Amino acid sequence: MSFFSWAWDWITQASNWRGSGSIPQQVLAHLGYSGLPLLIAALIAIPLGVMIGHTGRGAVAVVNVANAWRAIPTLGLLILLAVLLGFSFLTWLLPLVVLAIPPILVNTYEGVAGVDRDVRDAAKGAGMTAWQQVLKVEVPIALPLILVGLRTAAIFMVATATIAAYIGLGGLGRYIIDGLASDQYGPVAGGALLVVILAVLVLAFFALLGRLIVPAALRRQGRAE
Amino acid sequence: MIWSWIPGNGAMIWHLIWENAYLGVVPALIGLAISLPLGIAAARWRWFYPPVLTAVNVIYGIPGLALFIALIPALGLTDTNVIVALTLFSLCVIVPNVVGGLRAVPEPVRQAATAMGYGAVRRLVQVELPLAIPVIIAGLRVAVVSSISLASVGQLIGVSSLGYLFIDGLQRDFPTEIYVGLAAIILLALACDLVLVGIRRALTPWLRGQRQATRSVLVRALAPAGRP
Repeated sequence: MSFFSWAWDWITQASNWRGSGSIPQQVLAHLGYSGLPLLIAALIAIPLGVMIGHTGRGAVAVVNVANAWRAIPTLGLLILLAVLLGFSFLTWLLPLVVLAIPPILVNTYEGVAGVDRDVRDAAKGAGMTAWQQVLKVEVPIALPLILVGLRTAAIFMVATATIAAYIGLGGLGRYIIDGLASDQYGPVAGGALLVVILAVLVLAFFALLGRLIVPAALRRQGRAE
Repeated sequence: MIWSWIPGNGAMIWHLIWENAYLGVVPALIGLAISLPLGIAAARWRWFYPPVLTAVNVIYGIPGLALFIALIPALGLTDTNVIVALTLFSLCVIVPNVVGGLRAVPEPVRQAATAMGYGAVRRLVQVELPLAIPVIIAGLRVAVVSSISLASVGQLIGVSSLGYLFIDGLQRDFPTEIYVGLAAIILLALACDLVLVGIRRALTPWLRGQRQATRSVLVRALAPAGRP
């Protein structure tokens, strides 16, 4: 049997849609476990990235942080905290927030730092204050890249929340980890397919968001490139 | 942290490091071999790139563990499973860099090569690809580093890597083992990264001495696949 038929058979079993630990419940839980760290990380990383991009101070640090980010084994980090602190709210939330910050930070920084000199000068020449330059010119121009950063982080959160089931977090990873532990491929495949669907929906959501909030002129520019 | 555990288990740690290195480096190299023709085609025929980029973005969005699981019926709980999955992810970071690197070759350089009598193939091999090396290797670095780190997740489906130290450390409630696993993965990634930097330097002697465009190359490598 193929992956999809295993997954489909399990997903379409009526019993998996009822009671505690049902599919709708775990999908919602998974969204929460990915969304909350993303939100906290965005609140930290976007202002920080804008500041560093605008002033140019700390740029090297940003690049280094982002470089190191890819090398961090998420499974190891989650397990370490679980062993040191026991499983708690902090044990999963803290590493997820930390892991979501770098992609948002580096893209925001890059977006703002990459604003054309002439455009900056024009904004200044038009009599804008520093705040106006940042909020009305630099951030809107950086928006496509900020969204790329948020999208990357969001996808990463969906994936990492899945792995965090190994240290006891709920969500769709539960089906995978419990299924692997009990040698049942049905829930493992079903959980994995649901995670993939969720990730694709997140991608689609950000594509749509880009269309809605990126100024039309900038979008056209992005396509031309 | 119980330091004496490390020499006592040196042979096992060393073995796991090699397994993890294999699972990280092989996919990146296969990924490079596939990305070069794909990227060259995408740089040459503009219409070809958007669908490739979309495919690459969607694949990159698939969580690693889910991809390992999806490959189980076809490939089982084997090294091949993890290598195929990580090769797919490597494509996602290398292809955009191949395309970006080739497109960044200045038009006057291309015209000069043509004027000197270079045909399309020779111009590609002797002029455009060498100039694109820094950007291509930047993508390769990202692929190697993330493959090394992601390979440890393969342990969840039973494919041996340094991830073993995490799982075993959790089961035995033994932080030392987890610290060693974390440090080994990060050091392994760093070592492979340095080797690639060395290769890039060796391959691009004309950049030596200049305070070359390291930063822009770095930043490009860090930007996720498919930036606008």
